Amino acid sequence: MNILFSFFAVLIIILAVIIGVETAQLEFLFGVIIPYAAIATFILGIIYRILKWAKSPVPFRIPTVTGQEKSLSWIKSNKLDSPNSTLGVIGRMALEVLLFRSLFRNTKTQLKDGPALVYGSSKYLWLGALVFHWSFLIIVLRHFRYFAEPIPSFVIFLQNYDGLFQIGLPILYVTDVLILAALTFLFLRRITDPKLKYISLSSDYFPLFLIISIAVTGILMRYFAKVDIVSVKELAIGLFSFNPVIPNGIGIMFYIHLFLVSVLIAYFPFSKLLHMPGVFLSPTRNLANNSRMKRHINPWNKPVRIHTYEEYEDEFRDKMKAAGIPVEKE
Amino acid sequence: MYDSGKILIGIIVFLILFTSPTWYDLVFGTPATKPNLVLPNKADQKECVMTTEYMRDNHMELLNIWRDDAVRKGDRIFTTASGKEFEMSLTKTCLNCHSNKAEFCDQCHNYLGVSPYCWDCHVDPKTVEIK
Ligand code: HEC
Ligand code: HEC
Ligand code: HEC
Repeated sequence: MNILFSFFAVLIIILAVIIGVETAQLEFLFGVIIPYAAIATFILGIIYRILKWAKSPVPFRIPTVTGQEKSLSWIKSNKLDSPNSTLGVIGRMALEVLLFRSLFRNTKTQLKDGPALVYGSSKYLWLGALVFHWSFLIIVLRHFRYFAEPIPSFVIFLQNYDGLFQIGLPILYVTDVLILAALTFLFLRRITDPKLKYISLSSDYFPLFLIISIAVTGILMRYFAKVDIVSVKELAIGLFSFNPVIPNGIGIMFYIHLFLVSVLIAYFPFSKLLHMPGVFLSPTRNLANNSRMKRHINPWNKPVRIHTYEEYEDEFRDKMKAAGIPVEKE
Repeated sequence: MYDSGKILIGIIVFLILFTSPTWYDLVFGTPATKPNLVLPNKADQKECVMTTEYMRDNHMELLNIWRDDAVRKGDRIFTTASGKEFEMSLTKTCLNCHSNKAEFCDQCHNYLGVSPYCWDCHVDPKTVEIK
């Protein structure tokens, strides 16, 4: 049900472009207006989300300890998994963002004959996610050949290493193969594991299908259903320099690709994809585990009215003396 | 809002990264470098080996077919739709009509950061002196 809903949603998006561009000639709508609207939604949406997160107080450290916290000098502490300094926090965050360290710790639970409950390490999700995210990043960075003129040298560097094997013409990019393989795996993982399938929602499948179709249209454009990419670059540069132009005769595949990307980035601030900015604001990742070294006082504690013994004695000294109760100050 | 200093830095970094193409084009932009193709103008070179639209998007595919046909199958003659015959050769055919590589092939390729490795081995007759 969830799968079909997401599948048809993506299909309708694709059909909308084909009808819009092929029959209604709405190139300007799909090539300029919608991309601008999507970018604006993306930027404003993300800023709104970040500000909303920043409004939630996080007064205490939330250690999800996978290593020994710093305590006594003769107990060895783990500086990366349980950091107590800003540098350590940056290190932990960098490892999380670049290498998905917490996925690396995934475990699986199995009931074996015996009966025995067995816990084992499970690295497939980590591997699939790592391959997918890194391929995606490299592919996005390679797109700067359309966005920037002159082309920055890092793009040429990436292209050369991505096409290292020089297979075919145009040269096959390794990341194109890897991203498709990883996406296929991430999809199959969801539907083959009954537990995972049960908890998967449309909001899991929809972004997955959207990204798969973006990758597929991109690959089709590069290797099979070619488009005039000199014109594509004119359009892209026009968009980014606020002089939008619609060159004639770019293939329909390009508009499908562009609209899917527009939908993805407009959907971004309302979806699970927000984990991109969100990881930086995760309290379990961005706070040092220094509760043993520093006292963290809850900033919004109401001031508690207290009445100390000294004040009490000052108030009742005469009565206490009269009743023969011993007092500290005469 | 808590930690507003750090949040602000984060938002600024995000904005700079995601609008970087605009900044880059504003600062370094050279919009005049759009490809400016010099087309063959001799009377017998008025048509490409395939239609112009096909060549614009698919010439690398055709070159790949030519390369395989010539090197692997030993079949070196290509007949166009209008019946003309050409030798399947990068230097002798393509660069015979498109005799100025720098003002044709390189125009598009530099614009899009394509650097075909063909020229590691194949020659551009313009750049070598034949003794
Ligand atoms: C209209 C612009 C244009 C012209 C003119 C042009 N090319 Fe290209 N060429 C391209 C584009 C764009 C690509 C890259 C396609 C891609 O990356 O998807 C390309 C790619 C190639 C490739 C594949 C390179 C690779 O690394 O994938 C070869 C080979 C090639 N061109 C040869 C030539 C030759 C030889 C000429 C001159 C006779 C020429 N091209 C003229 C636009 C052009
Ligand atoms: C007989 C001469 C001739 C030969 C041989 C030839 N071309 Fe062309 N080519 C032309 C002409 C003329 C045009 C421009 C056609 C036009 O203006 O419609 C052209 C156009 C092109 C274009 C499109 C340029 C644009 O306007 O976007 C490309 C790319 C191209 N040729 C590549 C090649 C390649 C690669 C080869 C070798 C496989 C080749 N040509 C062989 C004459 C030739
Ligand atoms: C490692 C060196 C090398 C590289 C790189 C190379 N070639 Fe070749 N190519 C050859 C050799 C050797 C022949 C055989 C020449 C012959 O038999 O006439 C050949 C033949 C060809 C032929 C047919 C014959 C002719 O005269 O052109 C074509 C077409 C061709 N190559 C296209 C390409 C293209 C396109 C590229 C770049 C994508 C390329 N080659 C890269 C070495 C190379």
